[in-house]
Amino acid sequence: MHVEQISIFIENKFGRLAEVTRILGDAGVNIRTLSLADTSDFGILRLIVNDTEKARTVLKERGFTVSKTEVVAVEIPDRPGGLADILQVLDADGINVEYMYAFVERCGENAVMIFRFDETEKAISTLTGKSFNVLPGERLYSM
Amino acid sequence: MFFNEEFETLPREALEALQLKRLKAMVARVEKSVPFYKEALAKAGVTSDSIKTLADLQRLPFTYKQDMRDSYPYNLFAVPMEDIVRIHASSGTTGKPTVVGYTKKDIETWSELMARSFVAAGVHRGDIIHNSYGYGLFTGGLGAHYGAERLGASVIPMSGGNTKKQIMIMQDFGSTVLTCTPSYSLFMAEAAKEEGIDFRDLKLRVGIFGAEPWSEEMRRDIEAKLNLSAVDIYGLSEIMGPGVAIECCEAKKGLHVWEDHFIPEIINPETCEVLGEGQMGELVITTITKEGIPLIRYRTRDITSITYEPCACGRTHARIARMSGRSDDMLIIRGVNVFPSQIEAILMGVEGVEPHYVLIVERRDNLDTLEVQVEVGENIFSDEIKHLQALSVKIEKQIKEMLGVTCRVRLVEPKSITRSEGKAKRVIDNRNKA
Repeated sequence: MHVEQISIFIENKFGRLAEVTRILGDAGVNIRTLSLADTSDFGILRLIVNDTEKARTVLKERGFTVSKTEVVAVEIPDRPGGLADILQVLDADGINVEYMYAFVERCGENAVMIFRFDETEKAISTLTGKSFNVLPGERLYSM
Repeated sequence: MFFNEEFETLPREALEALQLKRLKAMVARVEKSVPFYKEALAKAGVTSDSIKTLADLQRLPFTYKQDMRDSYPYNLFAVPMEDIVRIHASSGTTGKPTVVGYTKKDIETWSELMARSFVAAGVHRGDIIHNSYGYGLFTGGLGAHYGAERLGASVIPMSGGNTKKQIMIMQDFGSTVLTCTPSYSLFMAEAAKEEGIDFRDLKLRVGIFGAEPWSEEMRRDIEAKLNLSAVDIYGLSEIMGPGVAIECCEAKKGLHVWEDHFIPEIINPETCEVLGEGQMGELVITTITKEGIPLIRYRTRDITSITYEPCACGRTHARIARMSGRSDDMLIIRGVNVFPSQIEAILMGVEGVEPHYVLIVERRDNLDTLEVQVEVGENIFSDEIKHLQALSVKIEKQIKEMLGVTCRVRLVEPKSITRSEGKAKRVIDNRNKA
């Protein structure tokens, strides 16, 4: 039920983001969604792509520091309070969200959120236990 | 193991008697044949005849790098040009280089001392020495080369640069000994890794690294990544070249100075007072057998300490500590003395941090600022900002605690710090440019 995400260390320098996306584009890797966390010196670009291994290889070849992280994709009813319901359930079980961001595509009527939890397995069982729909990686990569 | 057991283990009393005899003879030579020394000795009121004990050395005048520049190119030579068989010069980063000349006997002495150094490092006949020190005006390449041949080992005269070829030759020729700068050894290991070659799988057994200051932590890193025994070698062209001092593989605790040819002293660089055993100061060397360009109390600018304690290897020659830097590399940041090697030691003590760093010193609003750039490799990368920030803070805190200087750590992308194939450039001081 995990989704593979790659994270890339990027210095806050002109053109770095463009370079990463160009390398991926040239390698035929399609970015499904992304989030960028940044400080004044550096940023961490987190990507979900259609081919994680390929993305990782081409970026490493070009000298970038890349890591693979497991995140969880959850369908969220696209209505007021939809996200709050999920967070409440997690909160009740003492699970921390390290970070989260939205997936660009919808899944039917629902929105999709990407979560990084401190305890991935526990979060998945909590969510599925409460009948939330956790999406497998393959669905996302090809969505 | 020794190359010249008799001289390497000479009892101290006999060694000192030999030093005194050779010192007097050298001073007698230069007072006759080098006008610069004739004048300097007269000014100091010393003649070779007035030297009665080794303590009289302290009455002799110092020789500075500037004196060598002023004598450019040949004015400090003590023999006629017909007797000079080799000329080397140091890289003149500012202005003219310093020029040194060797007689046939000087080359023989140098070869022997380099051969002694190889043996002390654990090298023997049958070894294949991959010599990546630069060949040319720089003394590193030819110095190590002649020593290797004198020992009877096989030497591959690689010189520096062309890293891919270096790796291929090392792999295909089965090199067992590597000689280069410590930073270049790591650079090669890293480059090899990118080609899918693990240095630990090569036949390398001994690494003899010098020409730049490095730390104990860096030694551990090199030994782990290259799977070899790494020893420190010291030398400078003004005195001879590589092989002035070497760590023995038995103890790896200080570098033996070949005292039957050089007399080392440690002085306070400001007051010029001679310091005792164990005290840190500037290394001063007097060459007592050199014919081409003998030097009296040459100020090396290298900072170290000395000990005469007996060593586990059986050599009786004094040991100098690993160089902590050069007195002219020393940074004064807000009044605090900092050597790049101290910062390196702290960085290397942090799990996963690579020895690629650069120090940037600037002056803002009349205050010195120090920025330490550290590369983020896979070992320390986290995809959470808070972990990376915690790492920066941890390094900043350790530098503050251990050196008493406030700095800012900046995490940078791998390979963004320029790699060097010779001496690594660790400091960018922008204070004087403004």
